[in-house]
Amino acid sequence: MFKPKRIQLLDEPAVVKAALQALPQPSRRLFLQRGLSLGGLALLTGCTLTDEDSAEQALMRVSRFNDKVQAWLFDPNKLAPTYPESMITRPFPFNAYYGIEDVPKVDGSRYVLELSGMIADKRPWTLEQLHRLPQVSQVTRHICVEGWSAIGKWGGVPFATFLKRIGADLTAKYVGFKCADDYYTSIDMPTALHPQTQLTLTYDGQTLPAQYGYPMKLRIPTKLGYKNPKHITAIYVTNVYPGGYWEDQGYNWFGGS
Amino acid sequence: MSRAPVIHPLWLRMTHWINALAVLVMVTSGWKIYNASPIFHFSFPDGITFGGWLGGALLWHFFAMWVLIGNGLIYLGLNLASGRLKRKFFPISPRAVLTETLAAIKGKLSHANLSNYNQPQKLAYLFIIVDTLLLVLSGLAVWKSVQFPLLRELMGGYDNARIVHFAAMSALVAVVTIHVVMVALVPRTLLLMIRGR
Repeated sequence: MFKPKRIQLLDEPAVVKAALQALPQPSRRLFLQRGLSLGGLALLTGCTLTDEDSAEQALMRVSRFNDKVQAWLFDPNKLAPTYPESMITRPFPFNAYYGIEDVPKVDGSRYVLELSGMIADKRPWTLEQLHRLPQVSQVTRHICVEGWSAIGKWGGVPFATFLKRIGADLTAKYVGFKCADDYYTSIDMPTALHPQTQLTLTYDGQTLPAQYGYPMKLRIPTKLGYKNPKHITAIYVTNVYPGGYWEDQGYNWFGGS
Repeated sequence: MSRAPVIHPLWLRMTHWINALAVLVMVTSGWKIYNASPIFHFSFPDGITFGGWLGGALLWHFFAMWVLIGNGLIYLGLNLASGRLKRKFFPISPRAVLTETLAAIKGKLSHANLSNYNQPQKLAYLFIIVDTLLLVLSGLAVWKSVQFPLLRELMGGYDNARIVHFAAMSALVAVVTIHVVMVALVPRTLLLMIRGR
């Protein structure tokens, strides 16, 4: 078995990220524009924007606290329920922050998965190399933050196998993802190592279709849909909180179910 | 000058109003969350929902839940420890609830002595306690369907837990509406819940 090297290298993207976090964040403006919103409350009380700001901060603090509660509740050995193939939802719903006509067209033959951060072997992976790793499949329930759920069948490489293979520092706090559709998100290491967390290459026995994340997505049946990034082009391991597309706008970061 | 005895102790009045605020935030933010993916063929009018958008409503919902749970535990704890629960809510009998409800509808139920709950009141308030418990449990099943498998199965699976959560909310809103109408009909009870006497 490959033993991950203890690496304490200067993680450049992480350092830049930490520096940026110390500055006023553009995403916070977006947050306000979306209207959290205390509009009604402000009308009633004549509150100023400052009060709205501090209410927002209080809500975000509680959300960070809820991350900790969920990390504490998370049982690495507890499996999400699996279902017979007859229960698969057909057609499986498409969902993204854009319409289906804007699904990115990724050329699989030129695709490379880039690795960075606290990883011993940062050589990029081709799609063919990923397909050569031992494959598993599972039928699980995808739960969306909006409330709906759908059952699907995903096949690919257990993510823990992949992380060990590349020599990721398994004591690091976060695994982050960058995607071909400009989506980005990050997860906690215990969930990354959960036996059902999967680097997904197929859907329902077929090559992963474009609308479900071609060429590769991460499938996490213990987390909500927005924590399951599609069209992944880069994976990094870090101790600096990386946030996420929806998370930076107010969705709970842990997003566990 | 002797003052009237305190009927509602301070802790009861405080937990009542904190609970009222927590429930208001939970219910109206819950409607916004429901609207993101309605279970039935209707949505709640945007104007009566709270949180601005789904992300904001979720932040409020998962903030107010701690207020609801913490405050609820203090309410139940003090009610049990002080013997108030037993003294105020029991005995309760179906027959007495029925006769007193009929009397209330005919306008013949006396409200001279507000230190005791009448039978329909006992039923309504006990129902609110049990229903709130069901709301918390079904909410936990929706939030943590993988981590709480027993709760999930008791609710009939993830999708059904949403329906249970919705039904329990509807029942709570219905009973609270009656409660507010009753307070409007006997306004002294509102003063009682503010001043205690």
